[in-house]
Amino acid sequence: MAATSATTYRTCPRSGLQFEAQAEKLMIVNAVTAVVALLVGGLLAIGVVLTRWPAVHWLAADTFYMVLTAHGINMLIFWMIFFEVAVLYFCASTLLRCRIATPKIAWVAYALMLVGAVMNNIDVFRGGSSVMMTSYVPMMATPWFYLGLILFAVGALIACFVFFGTLVVAKREKTYQGSVPLVTFGAIVAAIIAVFTIVSGAIILVPTYLLALGLISNVDPLIYRTIWWAFGHSSQQINVAAHISIWYLVAALAFGAKPMSERVSRGAFLLYILFLQLASAHHLLADPGVSTEWKVVNTSYFMYFAVLASMIHGLTVPGAMEVAQRAKGYNKGLFEWLRKAPWGNPTFSGVFISLVGFGFLGGISGVMMGTEQLNLIIHNTIYVPGHFHATVVVGTTLTFMALTYYLIPVLFKRETISPGLAKIQPYLFGFSMYFFCLVMMGAGTLGVSRRHWDMAFSGAAMAYEWPGAAYLMMGLVGIGGIAAIVGGGLYIYITVGSLLWGKKLDKGAVSPRFTPIPPTAPTAAAQTYGSSGLVAPGSFVLALVFLVAFVLYYFINWKYLAQLWGMS
Amino acid sequence: MSAILPPAERLWWKHPLDRVEGLWIAIAFAWCMVMFFMMVGWHIYGKQNLSTETYKTTPEMFSAKTQAMVDKYTVRTETDQNIPVVRPPEGSDIYLIARLWSWWPILELEKDKTYKLHMTSMDYNHGFSLQPTNINIQVVPGYEHVMKITPNQSGQFSIVCNEFCGINHHSMVGRLYVK
Repeated sequence: MAATSATTYRTCPRSGLQFEAQAEKLMIVNAVTAVVALLVGGLLAIGVVLTRWPAVHWLAADTFYMVLTAHGINMLIFWMIFFEVAVLYFCASTLLRCRIATPKIAWVAYALMLVGAVMNNIDVFRGGSSVMMTSYVPMMATPWFYLGLILFAVGALIACFVFFGTLVVAKREKTYQGSVPLVTFGAIVAAIIAVFTIVSGAIILVPTYLLALGLISNVDPLIYRTIWWAFGHSSQQINVAAHISIWYLVAALAFGAKPMSERVSRGAFLLYILFLQLASAHHLLADPGVSTEWKVVNTSYFMYFAVLASMIHGLTVPGAMEVAQRAKGYNKGLFEWLRKAPWGNPTFSGVFISLVGFGFLGGISGVMMGTEQLNLIIHNTIYVPGHFHATVVVGTTLTFMALTYYLIPVLFKRETISPGLAKIQPYLFGFSMYFFCLVMMGAGTLGVSRRHWDMAFSGAAMAYEWPGAAYLMMGLVGIGGIAAIVGGGLYIYITVGSLLWGKKLDKGAVSPRFTPIPPTAPTAAAQTYGSSGLVAPGSFVLALVFLVAFVLYYFINWKYLAQLWGMS
Repeated sequence: MSAILPPAERLWWKHPLDRVEGLWIAIAFAWCMVMFFMMVGWHIYGKQNLSTETYKTTPEMFSAKTQAMVDKYTVRTETDQNIPVVRPPEGSDIYLIARLWSWWPILELEKDKTYKLHMTSMDYNHGFSLQPTNINIQVVPGYEHVMKITPNQSGQFSIVCNEFCGINHHSMVGRLYVK
C-alpha cells in the first residue's frame, strides 16, 4: 500500500462516491476546460446561425468560413474530448475507487491538449486556416493548424493510457471484485475507439503537417479523405460510446437501475468495438475510386451490427429504468413508470431527451444517409449537419450537460445556482435542438448545401434559385439555432455561476486509504427475472414505435431515390 | 447493485435474458438484414447506383479531352464569359471540369438517352450538386470519375458546388440542359 499513501480519498456525503485527490483535480480541470471550449464554440455558433439565416445573412464570407471552421473544431473536438477525459478518469478512478495511475503524466496530457487547442484556435482566428474541420488537401492551412491538432491528439492519447493504467491499478490493488461495472466497461470501449481514432489522425495529419511545412510535396486527396475520416468519424464514435455509458450511469444514479442483462448490454458495447469505426465509409459513398464492395461492407458497419448494438442500447437503457421504477411500485399500465420519473431533475430529463432525440432524429437519419445509394440525395447538403447535430449535440452534448448537473454538488462541491433555470434548461436546449435538426434536414432534403455562405449565390453568372420552401427552412434553422444557443448559454451560466458563486458544500470524510467496493450479493429480484418475460413492456412499445418510424422513413427515401436520373 | 457497481453475479454472462430483450434483438437483427440486403439488392434491381469507375488523371490530360469535346460539339455560347454549350451525341463520353469557381462547359443532353459523364477537379475538392433533381457527388482532384447517366426529366438544371472550396465557393454554379 505504499503507493497509495501519497494521496487521499474523499467520500462524498451526497452520493457515497469516493474521489481520489489527484483524480478529482484532473477531472475538475478537464471538465472546466471543456466548458470553456463549449463557450467559445457556442459564441461562434451565433455567427454561423445568423449568417445562414437568409434574412439576416450577417457575416462576410471570409469571416463566416473562419467562424465555421473554429465552431466545428471547438465543439466536435475540444469540448467533447476534454469532457471525455474527465469522464474516463471518473469511470476508472471514482467508480472503481482507486487512485489514478501516473497523475503527473496525466497533467502532461492535459497540458499538451491545452497547448494544442489554444494553438489551433489562435491560428484559425488569424484567418489563414479557414479550411473547415476536415481540412481536405490540397486546400492547405498553416502548419500551426495541424501542429495544434497533433499536440492535442497526443495529449488525448496519453490520457487514454492513463485511464488504462488506472484500470490496472484498481485490479492490482483489489479495489473491486469480479468484473468492472457496466459504465466502466462502456468507458473502456470509448477509450479503445479513441486509440484507434487518434492513431488514424496521426497517420494522416502528420504527413499533412509536413506538407504544410514544405518537407514533402504531395498528399493524395483521396487517401487523405479516406484516412481523415477514420479519425473524423471515429472521434464521434468515442462520443457515442461515452454518452451511452453515461445513460447507464444516470439510470443507475436516478433510479438505482441495474442493466436488464449485463450480457446483452456488454455484448452491444462489444459490437461497437468491432464494427463502429467502419462508419468512416459514410463520408466516401459519393467519392470516386472506392469500390462498391468496400462501400457496402463498411457503410453498413459490416451488416449493420453497430446499428443493432445501438438499437439494443435504445431498448435496454429505458428498459433498465422501467424495471427499477416498476420495482418501486409504479406498475400501472404501460407508462406509469415514465410519467412518474423525476422530470424536474435535469440530470434525468436531459438524458431522456437526449436518448429519444439521438434515436429518432440522429439514428434514423444516420442510417438513411449511410446507405450507399441514398447518400446520393444528401451528400454535402445541410442534411448532414442536421443529422450530426442530432447525434453529437442532442446525443452527446446534452448528455454531458445532464451529467454536469449531477457533478456540480458531487465533484465540484457546490450548490447549483438557479435550480429553476436548471430544471428548464434541458427542455429548452433539447427541444430547440430537435427543431433545429429537423428543419435543417428538411432544407437538406431540398438540396441546400452545407458550408455555404450565400444560398442566393451573389456574384454567380448562372445563379440557381432555391425553392421558397428552402428559404423558409433555413429561416427556421436560424430561429431554432438561436433558441438552442440561448439554452446552451443557460447551461454555461448555471455551471460557471455555480462554480463561482454556488454555496460551498461539505466535501465529506477524507481518508488516506481507499475503501474497496464491497461485493454485492445477488438480489432476489435478479434471480427471478429471466423466465417471467416482458419485464419492460413500456420500453418495448417505445422501441416498436421507433422501429415503425425507422422503416417508414427508410423506404420513403428509397422512393425518393427511385425518381432520380438513372445512374450506373 | 446497479450499472455503476460490479455485477453481482460473477458469472453474469450465464445470466438468462428477459424475453423483452430477446425479442427486440431478433426484430432489430431482422431489420438490419433487410437494410443490408436492400442496399445489395438495389445494385441488382435498382436504377440509381453510383459508378466506381475511376482513373488517375492530371489537369492537363483532362483539359485536353474536355477541349476536344467542346471543339467538336459546341452549339452556342452563354453569358458574358461565352461559356460553350455542348451537345454531344447519345452514348458519347462527356466531360465536366470543376475548378475555382466554375463548372465548365455547359452540357446539353437529351432526355432518356444515356451518356458517360467524366468529372474531375482541377484544384481543390468540389461537390457536384445537381438541382433541383438533387444528385450529389464528390469531385476529387487527381481522379477522373466516370459514370453513366440517363436524365429522366427535361429542363434547365443547375450544378451547385457543395464542397467548400474557398472564398468564392458560393458563386460556383454551373448549368446543364436536358431537351
